[in-house]
Amino acid sequence: MNSFLSTNAPKFEQVLIAIAAFFTILMVVFYLAGKANGRKQRPMAIVVLLGPAMILLSAGLIVPAIQTILFSFKDANSVKFIGFQNYSWLFANPDMRKVFFNTLLWIVVTPFATTALGLFLAIMLDRMKRESVAKSLLFMPMAISFVGASVIWKFVYDYAVPSKPQTGLLSAIVRALGFKPSNWILTQPLNTFLLMIIFVWVQTGFAMVILSAAIKAVPADIVEASALDGAHGWRLFKNITFPMVRSTTIVVFATMLVTSLKLFDIVRTMTGGNFGTSVISNEMYAEVFVRFDQGRGSALAVILFVFVTPILVYNIRNLRRERSIA
Amino acid sequence: MSTLKLANANPGRKLFSSKVATTVVWVITVLWTVPTFGLFASSFRNKQDIFLSGWWHIFTNPHLTLSNYHAVIFGSSSSTLSDGVLPYLMNSIVITIPAVIFPVVIATMAAYCLAWVKFRGSDALFFFIFCLQIVPIQMSLVPLLQLFTGGAHIGSFTIIPKLGIAGHFAGIWLPHTMFALPLAIYLLHNFIASLPRDLMEAAYVDGANHFKVFRQIVLPLSVPAIAAFAIFQFLWVWNDLLVALTFASGTEEVAPINVKLASLVGQWGSGWETLTAGAFVTIAIPLIVFFSLQRFFVRGLLAGSVK
Repeated sequence: MNSFLSTNAPKFEQVLIAIAAFFTILMVVFYLAGKANGRKQRPMAIVVLLGPAMILLSAGLIVPAIQTILFSFKDANSVKFIGFQNYSWLFANPDMRKVFFNTLLWIVVTPFATTALGLFLAIMLDRMKRESVAKSLLFMPMAISFVGASVIWKFVYDYAVPSKPQTGLLSAIVRALGFKPSNWILTQPLNTFLLMIIFVWVQTGFAMVILSAAIKAVPADIVEASALDGAHGWRLFKNITFPMVRSTTIVVFATMLVTSLKLFDIVRTMTGGNFGTSVISNEMYAEVFVRFDQGRGSALAVILFVFVTPILVYNIRNLRRERSIA
Repeated sequence: MSTLKLANANPGRKLFSSKVATTVVWVITVLWTVPTFGLFASSFRNKQDIFLSGWWHIFTNPHLTLSNYHAVIFGSSSSTLSDGVLPYLMNSIVITIPAVIFPVVIATMAAYCLAWVKFRGSDALFFFIFCLQIVPIQMSLVPLLQLFTGGAHIGSFTIIPKLGIAGHFAGIWLPHTMFALPLAIYLLHNFIASLPRDLMEAAYVDGANHFKVFRQIVLPLSVPAIAAFAIFQFLWVWNDLLVALTFASGTEEVAPINVKLASLVGQWGSGWETLTAGAFVTIAIPLIVFFSLQRFFVRGLLAGSVK
């Protein structure tokens, strides 16, 4: 226990010093900048309040993004410009094509699955009493890291040779139903879908909670009036409820799209990208930190960025519209 | 309220009867919970039991033990985890606390400035920050790591000296702070912009400068939004793998527990029993935070997603 203290106390000391320094500097700067008067006051406030965020955003996101674009046209050590060679290599390589295909599969399947299931659950929750316990349990995986979730599902997908007892839930169920379990994680292309289930398991709660709030915000009198007019069941949902939650559904869908596009943890933890399950994000990490090719890694990052630009454009248009209404 | 009741009582509103809905939800809830429960149950079984039979046998053959937790927390010579996970758990806490506080404070300052100290281009700047939210952090990893290890130069001219913080806690706090800012500024701006104008103007008229208004009015009133974002950021940092893998080496000195768990999964021969308890130790704290502060967390999510 003593050695535990001696190794960990300094870490917490670092935290305390960092936080104390952070607030001391802020207070001193606030005090000094507050002394400014007259015409200097406003520009001073802008510099002090906005400055730190702008410096961090520039150094952490804006400049690096530009550098990454440059790196993607350079060689492995970012020394020599080699034009589009990284990109042409990526698109010509059959393994990489598989990676792009997998990523496409992820962003086609998982946003639909999570949003649809989340919407379905939100509608069901709206119809039941005492929903809070079920809601909490369905939402709980959101608090678990993708790594933790992968460990949980590794136990579900575990496979043992037929002579041994099956300790994985999936194998046991399949066997109880009279079929022969296979080595799930090695079976292509099934394994990619099994990994997607983990994502859906984690993220559906998010979709459900947000859509559930949107459904509850639909004014009761509108629903009631249309019910009196004879709309019910599916037609009521299609014509009244869904149009009113459509924009929320799109937001949830877009969020899921971006999350699944950047997905890294599940693939890395479950398969390490082997057995035909790799995705762009995992390859990007592998190119840079395993194969030490910054050029190709950066090109993969740029490709990820190109994938998100449509959503970016959509978001910008949305915010513009919102602003013009407000 | 009465209309609401009426609407609920009206069978026309119902796409499915409430009984069917309740059943369906509970079936899905059980399905959703079983995998976690399976791991939880396994974490109390010994090595042989885990290897020889599925976790569901605990109902017929309850042989529960805390030995997995003992081995994971205090370390054991027989497993791959000789020193236990406690140092990594401490690292996670050490990484998370500043990585939540720094972006929250810096983003609140920026959000107040963009919302109330308007200047030419402040709207455009907010717009730009909003757009940064969606840029994948993969775009930043390599150059940022280079900045930390080598500094920034143009030709032989040094703009930023070698920071030498790669592999230190500061080298993880900083990227987490940077990556959190766009979402944090966006969320807090929405909240702070909606604070009552009269209140602010009264303070300005009384001669308070922007710093005083920020400290005495904006900060206290923004607590709900700050709490919501803080919980969100806490879970994000605690559960992060990519940033930690990139900026913290896998060593006991700085690596968070999530990285350790990921490496345990990858090691052949590290027993299932270590993995079960290790996973539960890793997810225990976020689960506690989640269940005790769920209300704030949901509010944060709603603020971020619906509009």
